[in-house]
Amino acid sequence: MAAKPKPRVKVPKTAKAGETIVIKTLISHKMESGQRKDKEGKIIPRKIINKFTCEFNGEPVFSCDMDPAISANPYFEFRAKVPESGMFKFSWVDDDGSVYTDEQKIEVS
Amino acid sequence: FATTGFTALPANAAAEETAKRITEFAGGKEPGTGKITLTAPEIAENGNTVPISVKVESAMSGDDMVESVLILADGNPNPDVATFNFTAMSGVAEATTRMRLAKTQTVYAVAKMADGSTFVDKKEVKVTIGGCGG
Repeated sequence: MAAKPKPRVKVPKTAKAGETIVIKTLISHKMESGQRKDKEGKIIPRKIINKFTCEFNGEPVFSCDMDPAISANPYFEFRAKVPESGMFKFSWVDDDGSVYTDEQKIEVS
Repeated sequence: FATTGFTALPANAAAEETAKRITEFAGGKEPGTGKITLTAPEIAENGNTVPISVKVESAMSGDDMVESVLILADGNPNPDVATFNFTAMSGVAEATTRMRLAKTQTVYAVAKMADGSTFVDKKEVKVTIGGCGG
């Protein structure tokens, strides 16, 4: 894959204490399944993002273990309960060990 | 990890493998029904990107807590799709993603609660164009 995977995350800027918010994440990645063959009939080796995690102020919120059946540019939509202002940290782990991260701040009133 | 050999298996091998995975995940017991809802389109024109959502009814505290949801597809080269892991911080055990479906098949979602009980839901998705490439 030529370009470095680029994460895109949507978190509301503000929320009320204890509110459950919706988070949407997307990362550009080919998610090569290891099932496809090239022109010579050789199998193209698997290279996928195999783990996604979301933390809030260091506490785990949601995570997902992925298999090659997840589509290219993996998308996740999930919920998080926010007790206080803080920082969401997102990370995606590639088969080659690379980790891609993003952070989003939320103000809780 | 075997990337070859799957195609040589009989057609129902994936379905058997899926049933085995569900039993393993459920700790040898038959999962219950209800509580979990799997939402998937009835017909997917493009098997490369099929939206699926799961929602599990739960208070998300104490014993009434969803720990994880296993997603399987019984007609793909490999039944594994993903495992969602929830915490009390999730607030609600609900998640959406997009998956690949090689052909028309049944997608399963199995929820495991903190008390060890499990619940399953399934949906058949008709696929017009397969999503595993050639």
